[in-house]
Amino acid sequence: MNSYIELSYMDIALAGMLLGINAMLSVYYKLGTEKRLVIAAVRMVVQLTLVGLILKALFAAVSPWLTLLAAIVMVGFAGREAMARQERHFKGFWGYGLGTGSMFAAAGTVTFFALATQFHADPWYDPRYAIPILGMILGNTMTGVSLALDRLLADADDGRARIEARLALGHTFREALQMPLRNAMRAGLIPTVNGMAAAGLVSLPGMMTGQILAGVEPVQAVKYQLLVMFLIAGGTALGVFAAVMLALKRLTDPRQRLRLDRLQGK
Amino acid sequence: MLHIHGLSRPGLQRVDLDVDAGTCIAIRGSSGAGKSLLLRAIADLDPADGEVSLKGMSRTLMSAPTWRKRVIYVAAESGWWDVTVGDHFSNPDIAAGYLVRLGFTDDAMSWPVSRLSTGERQRLALLRAIVLTPEVMLLDEPTSALDPEATAKVESILHEKRAAGTAIIMVTHDKAQAARMAEHRFVMTAGALSAEAAS
Repeated sequence: MNSYIELSYMDIALAGMLLGINAMLSVYYKLGTEKRLVIAAVRMVVQLTLVGLILKALFAAVSPWLTLLAAIVMVGFAGREAMARQERHFKGFWGYGLGTGSMFAAAGTVTFFALATQFHADPWYDPRYAIPILGMILGNTMTGVSLALDRLLADADDGRARIEARLALGHTFREALQMPLRNAMRAGLIPTVNGMAAAGLVSLPGMMTGQILAGVEPVQAVKYQLLVMFLIAGGTALGVFAAVMLALKRLTDPRQRLRLDRLQGK
Repeated sequence: MLHIHGLSRPGLQRVDLDVDAGTCIAIRGSSGAGKSLLLRAIADLDPADGEVSLKGMSRTLMSAPTWRKRVIYVAAESGWWDVTVGDHFSNPDIAAGYLVRLGFTDDAMSWPVSRLSTGERQRLALLRAIVLTPEVMLLDEPTSALDPEATAKVESILHEKRAAGTAIIMVTHDKAQAARMAEHRFVMTAGALSAEAAS
């Protein structure tokens, strides 16, 4: 563990220059991407620096309430981001609440499971473990949930004639929505499935790479990576399932109608 | 047989209507007047106020799929969710008897839906509803894409169904068709249904 090379801010600035070269190329060839690149990079630097400081304070405090507060803020941001990534969403509270609630339930459950079984943290809510695990699961669950909901609501909206033709023939809502349901589940899980399938062959996962660079022995790093991948896959699948099922419920009513009037946006 | 009492929803003013077994009602009116809204409200595809019952039994007393199977709505734009025509029929054997009468060959059930013309889709969408032997049919412009010959074929089957007791509420733009098919004719104007003046 001692063999890791401490980074200076100069090292990071040097790496950042790679983006600077890209930005110059963009200006020279009038590609119009330089502004976005710079804004995104600045955002990242500011956000991560702040997070570093917050985590430092949080780790020092080891307070259950502060940890819970941090977790709630993280889920809140994830919910907003997931909603922003959907072309259509439900009107009113459901638009935000559905994705956020599913993510909270799924990521919370899996984080709790990991803390209770694999990490044996003491105290169990020790933010040094709880927050990074929650963050990793949440980031992936958010992608899955937003992809799945986006697909489900798009299929329901665009496929109205197809779905209502079945309802009109006396099919149940579940039958009529079987294909959109399957497509949505698949869309939500594809990044996770692909990530697992390609891990090690095509790409070295970011977390493992980071650990190895920071001096951890590769087999240990792989073990951690496997654990994290399973937690991520489990959390994402749970979150996607919950979100899709809740959305299906909200798309219909006790008379098994297709309630597109509850959607907005595009 | 079909009893509609105080049915209304946004875009549709209160409708009271009784349809007897074996009769046909035709509704005309300009686009956007609310004709389809009325049919959809009867089929319980949109939320609406009011009471609708079949043979004295309120639709709220049966499950929505049961209601929609007995009171079938055939939309103006047909929807297809599977690959072949036959995939859309719960009982392709009964349908086979009608295929030739509607101008199809015997193997139409194995055709891919993507190959169908608009007129073919329209006739097959009607057929897949007919073979479920509904008690009421709500037909939204059932022959809009058909030539006079195909229209006559469809109308002859509809007459036959009526003789067997099926009630029909039909939206049509064709005044002559309304006269041929229906004993009661209505006009929809800005969401209000009124009996057509005798001519």
